[in-house]
Amino acid sequence: MTSVSLARELTATARAAEGPRDRFYWLRKRLESALIPLVALLAAAAAFSLFLLCLGKSPADFFSLIWRGAFGSAFSLQNTLQRASPLLLTALCVALPAQLGLVVIGGEGAVVLGGLAAAAIAPLISALPPICVQIVMAIAGCAIGALWIGLIGLMRARRSLNETIVSLLMAYIAIAIFNHIVEGPLRDPASLNKPSTRDINEINMLGHLPGTDVHPGLLIGILACIFFYVLIYRTSFGFACRVTGGNLRAAQLQGLPVAWLVVIACALGGACAGLAGMIEVAAVHGKANASLAAGYGYAGILIAFLARQNPLGILPMALLLGGITAAGGIVQRRMGLPDATVLVLQGMIFIAILASETLYGRIAWFQPRKSA
Amino acid sequence: MSVRLFSPPITSERLLADRRQFVLRAGGSALALAAGLTPRSAFAKDLTVGFIYVGPKDDYGYNQAHAEGAAALKGMAGIKLIEEEKVPETLDVQKTMESMIELDGATLLFPTSFGYFDPHVVKVAQKYKDIQFRHCGGLWEEGKHPKNAGSYFGYIGMCQYLNGIAAAHVSKSKKLGFVAAKPIPQVLMNINSFELGAKSVDPNIVTQVIFTGDWSMPVKEAEATNSLVDSGVDVVTCHVDGPKVVVETAERRGIYVCGYHANQAKLAPKGYLTGAEWNWATVYKMFAEKALKGEPPPNFVRGGLAENFVKMSPFGPAVPDSARKQVEAVKAEMMKGGYAVIRGPLKDNKGNTIASADQSYQESAIELEKMNYLVEGVIGALA
Repeated sequence: MTSVSLARELTATARAAEGPRDRFYWLRKRLESALIPLVALLAAAAAFSLFLLCLGKSPADFFSLIWRGAFGSAFSLQNTLQRASPLLLTALCVALPAQLGLVVIGGEGAVVLGGLAAAAIAPLISALPPICVQIVMAIAGCAIGALWIGLIGLMRARRSLNETIVSLLMAYIAIAIFNHIVEGPLRDPASLNKPSTRDINEINMLGHLPGTDVHPGLLIGILACIFFYVLIYRTSFGFACRVTGGNLRAAQLQGLPVAWLVVIACALGGACAGLAGMIEVAAVHGKANASLAAGYGYAGILIAFLARQNPLGILPMALLLGGITAAGGIVQRRMGLPDATVLVLQGMIFIAILASETLYGRIAWFQPRKSA
Repeated sequence: MSVRLFSPPITSERLLADRRQFVLRAGGSALALAAGLTPRSAFAKDLTVGFIYVGPKDDYGYNQAHAEGAAALKGMAGIKLIEEEKVPETLDVQKTMESMIELDGATLLFPTSFGYFDPHVVKVAQKYKDIQFRHCGGLWEEGKHPKNAGSYFGYIGMCQYLNGIAAAHVSKSKKLGFVAAKPIPQVLMNINSFELGAKSVDPNIVTQVIFTGDWSMPVKEAEATNSLVDSGVDVVTCHVDGPKVVVETAERRGIYVCGYHANQAKLAPKGYLTGAEWNWATVYKMFAEKALKGEPPPNFVRGGLAENFVKMSPFGPAVPDSARKQVEAVKAEMMKGGYAVIRGPLKDNKGNTIASADQSYQESAIELEKMNYLVEGVIGALA
């Protein structure tokens, strides 16, 4: 996917360079990447409406409830933003290695270990002022996440192990290690029926963004998406990554340090996921326990693919999925539909967006023209 | 505390809805007045009660037991029931509670999963002081937690003791099995009760326990059940969120099974002996009735067989008369109150004394809530 888009970009640039300038190509190119997902979403909505009609439920009711539950009021919007925030970071854990053509699906492991590292370190430095504690927690979360996913990158680069399988299996190992430590060495003896680590203390918690109910994880996630967009599309490091993803042999012939790029991209993704775990601990739970393995790492895979591995694309897609989950509750309550209904909708959206991939570059109107 | 920047439109919508209802009711009561009747209850706003489950409502287990209790409120006048299933123990549950309050006008909430309490229920209860929250599990402490929150729980260990009696009567190998989630006090209480119940029939009987490590791990639960059967176990029970897999696997392997949480007889028509079930309808009706009358619901309630908080599944076809009689007799004894499952002389499975000859712990004993041992006769170890 990356390779196709990169090649297309290069040919387009080349073509534009030789022929008369196609002045509006950049605009049509952006329109293409906005309209195709939109059409896919509409197709998914249409298919889902049919599904609802088969169940004897009104699609109009459903979509108006989704609107109300996800975006229709200040409360709903904050609910949506809140649910989107951990997904921004876990999606980056998929999108960054994806630039090199890697499919890393084990972000969940980095999330739980990052959260554990943050929760483990906080009591040791509780004498420091809260802001320092938070920074150290964030560094610990990032570091362990980077180490965990970076290790997967290393296995890929040095031993050619399949990163998809390895990352998934490593996620299981991470969760097992996490459970062992939370229920063993680091267990707070007071947590009888729900084994947890010690509390990080209320004053060290992250609080809310001013004027809202949303924790700062949202802001951190948005900044991270913008930062990595710039890194990938505006720096030579990002270009090197995309070249490697586009054509490994070419990258090697150019003398690019491919192995390092793989390890670094994986480590950066892992750092994001680890940070997501730290934020869950520091903004929500106040300690590490089994609730940390809530599937954010896996939901991130979905978002990253929907965003076509573009860090900026992650923003609207996380918002969309966050909104659908936020509204899922009210749909259950008002329409008497099971929770799985929302999963069906998510599945349809996922398939429609993936299928729409094939449309890129096939619609002549969007393509570069000889003359404007 | 959060400050809202602008007033959410939903509030005005709710007001409108209320006004509409008011107009309707005013019209209705005018008619009633005309007929010489003024039913007071017609003026009272419906009480909206929200239930939140961590898994599916039809899991044949923990969540189904709560959903069955909730269903008992459906027929009550003046009650509107709203439910949401598969809500994880993260910010999601905080948002679900707030959504039930903000969008549906719920005033009494039952977030049923154990892991919902701290920090989620505590935080939302602090934010919405007029809303009542009651949580299953017994974590609420006076002075430490908000006054508008509370806990309820049942002594289901008693039922596992009765399960053990039934199991001992049908077991030929004298080896029972227990598939458990985590080695935490509530689970240990059930394992120990099951073994002690069986031992009261046959002192040589043993219970092999396998911990799966988490509340819902269907694959591991199936593996555990299979390996128990392979090691000679011929009656199995469990404490996981959804006993479905354990019960079905036991039936397929042709052994007997005792249920847990809800009634799983349908899943094992041949091998189902009886089961330890919650009877949450009692608790939920009590809370709802108090709320309807405008009384503050109690903060902390607990009960066992006598209070009808827990119950036994009807006996399956494989249970012999002798077993039925003994189970019924012990149950009658328990209903009188003061029955102690953990009573001396008793040792744990490492040989340490737990209770000397003159010591006994009734179901309500606070010591049992810190249980950290497996009794003699249980094969297995804590982490």
